[in-house]
Amino acid sequence: MPPLLELRDVHKSFAAVHALRGVSIELHAGEVHGLAGENGAGKSTIVRTIGGEHRPDTGEVLVDGQPVVFGGPRDAQRHGIAVIHQEPTQFPDLTVAENVFMGRQPLRSFRRIDRAAMNRRAAELFSSLGVPIEPGRVTRGLSIADQQIIEIGKALSAEARIIVMDEPTAALSTVEAERLFRVAGRLAENGAALLFISHRLEEMYAICQRVTVLRDGALVTTAPIADLDRDTLVRSMVGRPVSQLYPERDAEAGDTALVVEGLTRAGVFADVSFQVRRGEIVGLAGLVGSGRSEVARAIFGVDQLDRGVVTVAGKRLRAGDPKAAIEAGVAMVPEDRREQGLILDLSIERNATLPRLGAVSRWGVMSRAKERSTARTWAQRLGVKHAKLSDPVATLSGGNQQKVVLGKWLATEPVVLIVDEPTRGIDVGAKVEVHALLSELAASGIAVLMISSELSEVLGMADRVLVMHEGRLTAELSTADATEENVLRAATGDAG
Amino acid sequence: MIRPSARESAFAGRELGIVVALVAVVVAATIARPSFLSGQGIHDLFLNASIIGLLAIGQALLVITRNIDLSVGSVMGLTAYLSGQLFLADKDLPVVVVVLAGIGLGAVCGAINGALVAIAKVPALVVTLGTLYVFRGIDYAWASATDTTQINAYQMPAGFLDLGSGSLLGIPNLTLITLVVLAIAAYALHNFRAGRELYAIGSNPDAARLAGIPTGRRVFGAFVISGGLVGLAGVMHAAYFGTINASVGTGRELAVVAAVVVGGVAIFGGSGTVVGAVLGALLLTTVTSALPILGVPAFWQRAVDGAALLVAISLDRAFMVRLAERLRAERAVRRAG
Repeated sequence: MPPLLELRDVHKSFAAVHALRGVSIELHAGEVHGLAGENGAGKSTIVRTIGGEHRPDTGEVLVDGQPVVFGGPRDAQRHGIAVIHQEPTQFPDLTVAENVFMGRQPLRSFRRIDRAAMNRRAAELFSSLGVPIEPGRVTRGLSIADQQIIEIGKALSAEARIIVMDEPTAALSTVEAERLFRVAGRLAENGAALLFISHRLEEMYAICQRVTVLRDGALVTTAPIADLDRDTLVRSMVGRPVSQLYPERDAEAGDTALVVEGLTRAGVFADVSFQVRRGEIVGLAGLVGSGRSEVARAIFGVDQLDRGVVTVAGKRLRAGDPKAAIEAGVAMVPEDRREQGLILDLSIERNATLPRLGAVSRWGVMSRAKERSTARTWAQRLGVKHAKLSDPVATLSGGNQQKVVLGKWLATEPVVLIVDEPTRGIDVGAKVEVHALLSELAASGIAVLMISSELSEVLGMADRVLVMHEGRLTAELSTADATEENVLRAATGDAG
Repeated sequence: MIRPSARESAFAGRELGIVVALVAVVVAATIARPSFLSGQGIHDLFLNASIIGLLAIGQALLVITRNIDLSVGSVMGLTAYLSGQLFLADKDLPVVVVVLAGIGLGAVCGAINGALVAIAKVPALVVTLGTLYVFRGIDYAWASATDTTQINAYQMPAGFLDLGSGSLLGIPNLTLITLVVLAIAAYALHNFRAGRELYAIGSNPDAARLAGIPTGRRVFGAFVISGGLVGLAGVMHAAYFGTINASVGTGRELAVVAAVVVGGVAIFGGSGTVVGAVLGALLLTTVTSALPILGVPAFWQRAVDGAALLVAISLDRAFMVRLAERLRAERAVRRAG
């Protein structure tokens, strides 16, 4: 039997960039196939080629052994291909059922949309996935996990046999990711071919049977995943041995830098109290929506507080005033660096100096030279790979963007650094660098509060782990007690 | 259980809100001058709202797709002038030919806008700001080339003027036309794939492309249909007023956009209804007629249009914030449950 989908010796270039150099992949029915590689290795180009968004320069795409040429996404869909994109692509103003069936709505007489049938079929679909989502509600406000399920519903309703999942778990908590894996496993059992992309290697091992590794647009290897141990996999991805994923930490905790007492915001979080000392990395774990990021935003003063006190280096912060927080030495690297952390169209140097315009200005007029020298210092210290400092931040890779955000805040010489999902969507190589950087910062006497959905990151980096569940702190675990099982139990509110 | 979405029911609430505002204005004006609510008064209200209502339907189609058409005033002027010129050339021309010619010219103007937006990928705001001047320029050039600054009622056939001032069963002809167009547009937007795809395009253009929706073709189509409706409005204007010069419709675009936004069509696309847009037009027209009765000088009219626009946008914003909070609460409840 021919593979459901095959790429044969595919080349693709964009201007001067050779994104794919002769890549061949076979996807078989009933198989979950992993696609691994650093950012820029060509994974997205593969996804877009299969999805009909790009056409290969040379080489072939075959469905059921027959060569095909896709004129656009709709052609690919007609051949039974569904792509679940990294960022769910919903129509927030339309209902869940409309999102699932857009362009393929069931019809009644005179080609009118049969809304009743559409809602019924959507309801059946979600109950078959074991996830109750109301078909008649608008998608605005749904969690990213639910949106991913809608994307899968879309693929199923189109009777897709070839399903590409581009980092579907990047924004999911562990529990939500596991739900997704169960659904994916069931799809494969029913004869679909899945291509699964993730930066989390443990997920690859959990659900993939075979894995293809790309580097710099070229195929490194395709092998049963059982034949590749973790080190070999990572080495083939980055092209060099990665001695350790997490840096050695033997930091000496100093004075208390951040004290949070009784933080409460009605309906979001309640009675959150903890301390972070200089030199310490404290992990804040919990499911997405447990209130982790909201606590961070409240500490920084972006969100208002109903009750509670934040003290930084012995000085009480005025609630709801980010400027006061910055002056007291708090820095925050937000969860969504694209929306909240960076102004993508502005240059690297502009972004880097944004929070401390005062320091690069004299009498209110900014000094370009000073701005540039500050930016250069931090770009060098953090190892940002860039062409020119005057290039827009949008031209950098995810890992390098994150470094610019870090640099921007480190330039304010903070006492407390809050990082929310510091390595989301960043490739393995850059992850290691960001981790090393955080570790160095802690060693230099900064108190680091790290929020992360990635359990291994929390366990690997933190000196202490705080766990939140539905707006409350449910556990505080030392490194010794912080096992995957303990953290998960506290995060799901399962105290027993 | 399938119940109407939070958003849908909220927008039914929006239309209800306009009706309430409408009633309040009418009551106030009627207390000040009882004849406001006479048969003739209501007749005039609907007649005045018909043309702008028709323009609002076309504009709503575009705003739903996250586009806009600022050239409506100029296109309306051009088609009004065209109908006058056609009768100057041949006073015995059948009315239906003139109506179709007006719709056709409007559709051509819409196609030009649509091609520049959908194919050349220039933002609609810029394209239609440009064509606003170009179409108006053509209008003036035509008037000066033919040395006809004004076309008067006596130069047009009675049948045509009847279309503008006559009524059927007590309902003005123009109002009937607008209501028929409204019913068709509302039904089509709700029940046909192409209609839902306009909402999808406005809600998330990138996702629409990935869903395989031919976004360019749909946006182009919306511009053509909207242009056709503007053309029809131009002909209606000529038939109603009976006097046409090259400056007909100047400045109408802002009143139309205000009506659409007041009517609850989100300016960033994806939501709202044509019924709301027409109600918005009716509300703004009613306010305009009520102002002098309530003792407000007529020159405040523009300011009141603007204020209504600002109030509507503020209400939308407040509503979205409340919706976000409610959805968050619902999610928390579901998680706990």
